[in-house]
Amino acid sequence: MQIQLKVFRFHPENDAKPHFQTWSLDVDPNERVLDVLEYVRDRLDGTLSFRRSCAHAVCGSDAMRINGRNLLACKVLIKDLKIAQITVEPLLGLRVIKDLIVDMDPFFEHYESIMPFLVNEEPLPTDGRERLQSPEQRELFDDTTKCILCAACTTSCPSFWANGNYIGPAAIVNAHRFIFDSRDRAGAERLKILNDQMGVWRCRTAFNCTEACPREIHITKAIAEVKRAIRSGKI
Amino acid sequence: MTQTHTYDVVIVGSGGSGLMAALYASQGATTAVLSKLYPSRSHTGTAQGGIGAALGNLEEDHPEWHSFDTVKGSDYLGDQDAIEFMCEQAVHAVLDLEHMGLPFSRTPDGRIAQRPFGGHTNNITGRPVRRSCYAADRTGHMILQTLYQQCIKNRIHFFNEFQVMDLLIVHGTAAGVVAIELATSELHIFQAKAVIFATGGHGRIWQVTSNAYSFTGDGVAITLRRGIPAEDMEFFQIHPTGIYKLGILITEAVRGEGGVLINNDGERFMERYAPHVKDLASRDVVSRAISLEIRAGRGIKGQPYMYLDVRPEIVNKYAEMDGRTRPDGTPYRVTADEILSKIPDIADFCRTYLGVDPVTQPMPIQPTAHYAMGGIPTNRFGQVVSDDQGTIIPGLYAVGECACVSVHGANRLGTNSLVDLVVFGKVAGINAAEYVSCANLQTLPNDAADFTRQQIDRLKNGDGSEMAAQIAQEMRTIMFEDVGVFRTGEGLQAAAQKVSELRQRFQHVRVKDTGKIFNTELLNTWEMGNLLDLAYITAISAEARTESRGAHAREDFPRRDDVNWLKHTLAWMEGDQVRLGYKPVVITKYTPKERVY
Repeated sequence: MQIQLKVFRFHPENDAKPHFQTWSLDVDPNERVLDVLEYVRDRLDGTLSFRRSCAHAVCGSDAMRINGRNLLACKVLIKDLKIAQITVEPLLGLRVIKDLIVDMDPFFEHYESIMPFLVNEEPLPTDGRERLQSPEQRELFDDTTKCILCAACTTSCPSFWANGNYIGPAAIVNAHRFIFDSRDRAGAERLKILNDQMGVWRCRTAFNCTEACPREIHITKAIAEVKRAIRSGKI
Repeated sequence: MTQTHTYDVVIVGSGGSGLMAALYASQGATTAVLSKLYPSRSHTGTAQGGIGAALGNLEEDHPEWHSFDTVKGSDYLGDQDAIEFMCEQAVHAVLDLEHMGLPFSRTPDGRIAQRPFGGHTNNITGRPVRRSCYAADRTGHMILQTLYQQCIKNRIHFFNEFQVMDLLIVHGTAAGVVAIELATSELHIFQAKAVIFATGGHGRIWQVTSNAYSFTGDGVAITLRRGIPAEDMEFFQIHPTGIYKLGILITEAVRGEGGVLINNDGERFMERYAPHVKDLASRDVVSRAISLEIRAGRGIKGQPYMYLDVRPEIVNKYAEMDGRTRPDGTPYRVTADEILSKIPDIADFCRTYLGVDPVTQPMPIQPTAHYAMGGIPTNRFGQVVSDDQGTIIPGLYAVGECACVSVHGANRLGTNSLVDLVVFGKVAGINAAEYVSCANLQTLPNDAADFTRQQIDRLKNGDGSEMAAQIAQEMRTIMFEDVGVFRTGEGLQAAAQKVSELRQRFQHVRVKDTGKIFNTELLNTWEMGNLLDLAYITAISAEARTESRGAHAREDFPRRDDVNWLKHTLAWMEGDQVRLGYKPVVITKYTPKERVY
């Protein structure tokens, strides 16, 4: 099918300001948007720059705005967009470095701020075996283990657009993953970090994050569970 | 313009093996990890089905059984000392990961859950054994996340989006690496006492592959240019079940949970090829079976694909015929919900890319290029070995898929890639830290970055008469056709000739982006050159090996030939020529015998 691919372009070494470039292309509707971007870069304009790696929605490299929605370019097929006009832009709320590449460092700094690692200094089981955890305990944080740190959620959040100091949904999701892990002992510390103006209370429950998540994590629910834990003081 | 950094240990690559090495090296040495991606983007994250370890959580199992299965799976080309070490260490490695916080799925009594996987058996009954420790169908994702999290906890120093382009060797000793910073195109010299390559595989050589775009064999290509051979490159695993045309992996765990392969006649054809373990035979065996079925005209609707069927009624029908039971002895029967809970990501891939719901429709699959058994030669301590005598290059290590220990030999068993990367990542990290404690930094020559600059200049100054993407396309096509599941001397010779020509044409490519900020065209083109080198070595190594073993199936030499070929290939790149040598396989207690599943 024939499409019009309109792509945000910005090369800071040459361009005073960003502009859009449009290509008319004949594509297979079963192709991914990423395939089309690859085609343009390979055959039409090698200077088009974007990140990608696994190409099947696991590595989290290619989150971008496609027709106004945060999506992974490798997880959306042309036919799924149901329209021949396709506009591709970089994620909002993070500095554009070049074309579709944004500065991810602030995003990862927020992630690192919530102690995203298991904390448990208690002695290991004396038989050297695994710590026990029931399937029910494991289920409590299953959903939030799926996060691939693509930033689609955080950069869809109006609170984050308004203030980049907001820790953002992705960081809260990853805090949730440890707070509700029965093996972890630093839940209270994480709740303290999140009990802040720039922590969970900045969330206005816009649901954008949940809609944007390519892993279908129930992000708003996870944030609500964290808020509840802070209020009740109980995990 | 060139910055210099100094560390005891520099690790190239941030996947499972690189991060594992970093965690252990950093306990005794200053350590930096260089990655062309962000660590969480690494390809380890795409591993699905599990990590093998004889925990015996659900039934009797032993590391010795795991060792034998791995030796047999390798078609006796794996080095048995390394395999025995790995399978014994696998148990500790998995428990280590759990202690680090990895959220494994759990058994009802709270232990790490385990599932059957291809080629893993109870050595007494010959039946599939539950050995694969899993976290749903995103085990690799959880390993990568957990190790990255531990690196954050331990304040590992990362240089993200730094592409290493050269290895520095001074007086025969590892001395550092040269990298380009993607954000600025600035060159950085990392002076180090030890260098650990953990750069992953090179599946992007083939047309249909499960591999990430970034899997371009950088580490093997860099070391080849520095005179280090590549081992067993003719052995590349073609996984039986990739999504038709796209190549995206559908984990073997689908078959572990009871899924079966079906041809156009509705027949579960693996019963003919592997009467004992059927759909859970080794990957090379299943890929060949699929290819033969397609060749015999039994592809679905006459097309080159098969069905992988995990609909509950189908699973239950064949489970009943096989007499499959649960650990408590009750008959194995599943519901759609149970299947979906075991393979949620696979279900998502099928819906997204195929519009197929795997519990109501069968999945169209075809073999897909998946895993490099070959790579940079190492011993079981992770040290790079530069010849057939076991000579090491002091301070140089390689781990994970870019390395060839060899624990996978001619065919890797499912789950063993993750075992390999945690076990040998740890070993290399510990050994490197110990080595640097009594080693000195080498004095680098003034022109340390010159070779890197030359490589970049060549890509910028070609005459532009050739297009990199066109060359890449031609390489992938011929490699998939002639250096794929089945091979012939004629086809391999043609492929080697063609790739040789492509390497010549590649000299004419010109990178058009002249910018310094994220010049992804430059990097992708450089990666393309790496793929061409590795494709060339692969075809030449395969042409020379006149036998069939594991993933290397020669139609003109259909039998394994232990008299002449029970040996590893070593291939050196010398200008435009490849020089081949060989070294013996280490055999401890498993005498080569015929491989039947």
